[in-house]
Amino acid sequence: MTATGAPVLRLRGIGKRFGPVIANADISLELARGEVLALLGENGAGKSTLVSILFGHYRADSGSIEAFGQPLPPGDPAAALAAGIGMVHQHFTLADNLTVLENILIGTEPLWQPFSRRRAALARIHDTAARFGLAVDPAARVARLSVGEKQRVEILKALYRGARVLILDEPTAVLTPQESSALFATLKELVAEGLSIIFISHKLDEVLAVSDRVAVLRGGRLVAERAVAETSKAELATLMVGREVKLPQRALSVPGPLRLRLRGVRVDGHGAQPRLDGVDLEVHGGEIVAIAGVSGNGQAALAELLCGLCAASAGRVELDGRPLPADPAALLALGVGRIPEDRTGIGTIGDLPVWQNAILERWRSPRFSRWGLLRRGAARAFTQQLVAAGDVRLGSIEQPARGLSGGNLQKLVLGRALDGEPGLIIAQQPSWGLDIGAVAAVHERLLAARARGAALLLISEDLDEVFALADRIAVMSHGQLGPARPGAEWTLASLGLAMAGARHDAA
Amino acid sequence: MRLEAREQTSAGWALAAPLLAVALTLLACAGLLVWAGAPVGRAYALLFDGAFGSRLALTETLTRATPLILTGLAVAVAFRARLYNIGAEGQLYLGALAAVAVGGLHGGSGWDLPPAVLYPLMLLAGMAAGAALLLGPAWLKLRFGVDEVVTTLLLNFIALLLVSMLLDGVMKDPLAMGWPQSVAIRDELVFAQLLERSRVHSGLLWALGAALALWALERYTRFGLAMRAVGANARAARFAGLPVKRVMLATAALSGALAGLAGVGEVAGRAGYVTLDMSPGYGYSGIVIAMLAQLHPLGVVLAALFVAGTLVGADSMSRALGVPSYLADVIVAVSLLAMLVTGLAARYRLRWS
Repeated sequence: MTATGAPVLRLRGIGKRFGPVIANADISLELARGEVLALLGENGAGKSTLVSILFGHYRADSGSIEAFGQPLPPGDPAAALAAGIGMVHQHFTLADNLTVLENILIGTEPLWQPFSRRRAALARIHDTAARFGLAVDPAARVARLSVGEKQRVEILKALYRGARVLILDEPTAVLTPQESSALFATLKELVAEGLSIIFISHKLDEVLAVSDRVAVLRGGRLVAERAVAETSKAELATLMVGREVKLPQRALSVPGPLRLRLRGVRVDGHGAQPRLDGVDLEVHGGEIVAIAGVSGNGQAALAELLCGLCAASAGRVELDGRPLPADPAALLALGVGRIPEDRTGIGTIGDLPVWQNAILERWRSPRFSRWGLLRRGAARAFTQQLVAAGDVRLGSIEQPARGLSGGNLQKLVLGRALDGEPGLIIAQQPSWGLDIGAVAAVHERLLAARARGAALLLISEDLDEVFALADRIAVMSHGQLGPARPGAEWTLASLGLAMAGARHDAA
Repeated sequence: MRLEAREQTSAGWALAAPLLAVALTLLACAGLLVWAGAPVGRAYALLFDGAFGSRLALTETLTRATPLILTGLAVAVAFRARLYNIGAEGQLYLGALAAVAVGGLHGGSGWDLPPAVLYPLMLLAGMAAGAALLLGPAWLKLRFGVDEVVTTLLLNFIALLLVSMLLDGVMKDPLAMGWPQSVAIRDELVFAQLLERSRVHSGLLWALGAALALWALERYTRFGLAMRAVGANARAARFAGLPVKRVMLATAALSGALAGLAGVGEVAGRAGYVTLDMSPGYGYSGIVIAMLAQLHPLGVVLAALFVAGTLVGADSMSRALGVPSYLADVIVAVSLLAMLVTGLAARYRLRWS
């Protein structure tokens, strides 16, 4: 994987401001043919802005971009596509109700063309898929695909459009270790064919594993460029955060009384296949039980069930020996803290001010309302306290929540969920998409809750997180849950196998 | 040229958007005036004069604004919760029917109640009737996902046909010489005149009070918070433990009640009885008004004054210049479109490439 020849991409002095916020400042970068360049940085470091400018979603305030020696017209995704730049977003841009083939073809055919040329397209897709190890069934409906498969479709889509430079935005955030390895193998194939790749990540291990060169962004500036061979994990971490990061340590803890208990729980879905089937689970006070698994294997149903959003079709769900109500308000009253996976879509309401989001779960509590009137002063004071305690960085608690970065939003959600010292905490992907600093903060707070005796159920696809936090780990696959075994009894390989659906006793 | 989302809508833009929309509207309609052969400047001067220029003009505008404020509020509160109530027109008529049913149908004989009891009863009946007409579609939306735009819109026609049936049936005024109008409400129930020698009635106070109350409700109460939360993101609201369905139904009841109150006001404040042409589309104008006001309850009052002034002013302008008074409808309609455009400008900025 040696870089050769003239650069395929050349960014010069890219600058971009959003109001008072400097997202990018004077960034100059080059990408060589056949090279994997990692863009490393914390959330809000400007990685996404930079690639959005590159792909034409945003227009830079200053600077210029050249692709394959030609200047790239700014602010024009179509031009970027035509120049051979393809992007795989962190949040997939696929239409769930269409098939893989249709998703790939969308936008590649003129609207006036009466019939879509599927046969030819199919052949090309098969060809590309085989060449790069991107196995997907073109006739499958996207809604039924796993996250890993959807990602493969996104890559195929970009390749189908003739991408020579592929931008991947946090591609491993949603994959199993095995899927990640498969992705890395695909990337190697692509690079060997002369494609160039920009790989956005904040995970140091995979950056070191997959890339040739690393560009570290911090605060919108390019702070360092290193060849992978000449750097180390510790150096990159320090460059990225700008200071040394202490990872939280898990203290020993003695499990307390049984809090949450599931027996033979089934949750029916829309089809014949139940979303959860025969799930048994016990979580004690003072312990963290992690549910690992590839997304789409029933974790969502489990989370919905335990967050009060749906009821079990069969089986028993008990909290402290009493049936768990299928109603968020009743759950909250019983002292269940919930951290949802989707912090922008479900955890918060973007249009409402931060302080209203902070009290939303307690909107009826006498603390924040009296005789139907909001106690705005109390609510604001509470929010200020939450913001200060959780180190949430924001302009003002009056600003709409949508203006907060992912990490700060998560700190807000976390503070809200942990307020009042809940006895049971359901945390779903609590550090998804967060940077090292924010992950450490989230983990520290969850461990603190464990230390004071709360029962924690962690549903996560991030195995680093699972190993870092869990006392016991169970793997979910096809709606079924394996036995929860002590963390020490698992290895990355055995977890991966179990996640891929191997029998539990083979693990 | 392309649109780029602003990070935050500035307060300046939020205020400027409706004003700019009005300016754009007047500019666009100037073309129509030229086409009609009228002097633009004089036409607008006459329009303004006819709306606000004299005591008579002003009181007429206020009278016309009264139902518009209420239907504007009805639409604004519903839209805030993402309940697209297009049925304020029908709810207004139902409110008017209920007012006559309580206050006129068995005037003095059947309902042998003192006016002090009958008066609030009449208001409540009107509001309940309007609320009931919106609760049906809201329930269908929540239970079966039926699109409320369709159901509320079509219910307008059903409501009007019901009025037509009743005016020819049980509510028919035997003394109306065959005109399709209902019996009148009892004299004691007629709204008080607010100003001497004018048609401004105490319904205006009800409307202004409703606007203030709604503003306070949205801003200071926990129900207001719930309403906005449900409207902005129902899934997140449900996750946070808010009773989403109850909030939706309560919002629907509130919205329908406001429109129903507009109907009561038109009966008790103006005619005294129901006719088929009682409302020249107040319910539909409410949508324009709510949008012009960007759903803000106090903005609704200003927007209603603008629309009422346009309608009243255009009448006198058309008499003076011979321009069809339909121009008023065009102005109101164009102002809605202009508001959509300037609203876009408030949320996005234009970038030229």
